[in-house]
Amino acid sequence: MTLAEILAILEGQLVSTVNDLGMDVEYGCGADLMSDVLAFTHAGTLLLTGLVNPQVVRTAEMAGIKAIVFVRGKIPPPETVALAQEMGIPLLATRFTLYESCGRLYARGLQSCGLFDLAHKSSPGGCAEAHGARSKT
Amino acid sequence: MTLGQQEAVEEQRSSRLPTNLTKVQELVYELKVEQVMTRDVITCSPDATMAELKEVLRVNHVSGVPVVENGQMIGMISVENLIRALEQGESQARIRDKMTRRVQAVRADDTLAGAVALFARFKYGRFPVVDAEGQLVGIITQGDIVRGLLRQFETLWHSEEIRRYRASHIFEDIESEQTTLILRYRVQPRDFVRGGEASSKVKRALDRLGAHPHTIRRIAVATYEAETNIMIHTEGGEIIVEARPEQIKIIAVDEGPGIPDVEQAMQPGFSTAPDWIRELGFGAGMGLSNIRACTDSMSLTSTVGVGTRLEMIFDLTKGGA
Repeated sequence: MTLAEILAILEGQLVSTVNDLGMDVEYGCGADLMSDVLAFTHAGTLLLTGLVNPQVVRTAEMAGIKAIVFVRGKIPPPETVALAQEMGIPLLATRFTLYESCGRLYARGLQSCGLFDLAHKSSPGGCAEAHGARSKT
Repeated sequence: MTLGQQEAVEEQRSSRLPTNLTKVQELVYELKVEQVMTRDVITCSPDATMAELKEVLRVNHVSGVPVVENGQMIGMISVENLIRALEQGESQARIRDKMTRRVQAVRADDTLAGAVALFARFKYGRFPVVDAEGQLVGIITQGDIVRGLLRQFETLWHSEEIRRYRASHIFEDIESEQTTLILRYRVQPRDFVRGGEASSKVKRALDRLGAHPHTIRRIAVATYEAETNIMIHTEGGEIIVEARPEQIKIIAVDEGPGIPDVEQAMQPGFSTAPDWIRELGFGAGMGLSNIRACTDSMSLTSTVGVGTRLEMIFDLTKGGA
């Protein structure tokens, strides 16, 4: 799904000034917990979040997240935008909640990052593979 | 063998095109007008007619030229002046009588930023470029600026390619029984604006060394978790990378306070992070288990009052994720 389509589906607005609207994302992930983003996403994922601090961009950089959507009408501070520009990660904003934003994109065919087995007390936790995620490859 | 696999070079290439605005801003302050201007300036004599000017503009595909007399620039004449003259039936008028006399010039040693500001302020299509003595040495249009920036981007891209090539061959080029490259990065406590810079630099270094993107990703994620731990919980520390062709070892050490119960700290969900850290999206107690899942092996030792040492090993001989 391209950024242009995502922008239309979420009735969104661009926050960063240099963007490739033809950029394609394969998966979507909605999270306000950065460790979950680091653990459960794949390279090429779109991140939807309510957090706006610069560490969201750092997390995206490390996890290979392609673009970020800020939900609930939140606009990130200048230091977050500056870091995203430097890293070449487009930033979008939408008025919808995290729940509705994810729902809209999922309904239009943007895949989830995987399916997880129920964690039991003995399970070690961690990366998608360790939780038995059914991922794409 | 270079560091990790050499495949997916194309994949890496596509992800680091220099497309960010800050780089353009940097370049307009770095590049000088003389580096992008057109040196072969087409000029005309003040005694030529407007009809002759029309031919000069048409043949050379330009929209304005400096007017030069006895080697000195005395004015500028443009297609706007020409249209006005033609409207009034003055095609035989002398350029001398129709030119703009108060010429705004730009210095050859000015930055592009200075030229961009002039274009914004005066709305002219071109500016003559003069040297320190006021001699005409070139002409600059907005097209020249765009072309100059693009050329510079291409050069930068090539030099990154060369840097990458050199770095990725370091293990072949230097002969020894065993070559290890050691990189060290300082991590400041509670610096949430600059936090993550060490991991970012580690990631870029591994990319230049030619490691496989999947390997880079898991090393980047684990290193970032370790760096945020140092940032959140300690009085500062260091990330040390020991790169060998077959293995990367990353050591995260800090200067305290140390972990009283390491086994408890390793439990998923166990956290001592304060609320303000949780509000930033961290401190859920998943860091160490994430690290364990990304590494091929890890060890954590800690002494209360002294500090903690986390060693992470990534095996490069297995390839892929």
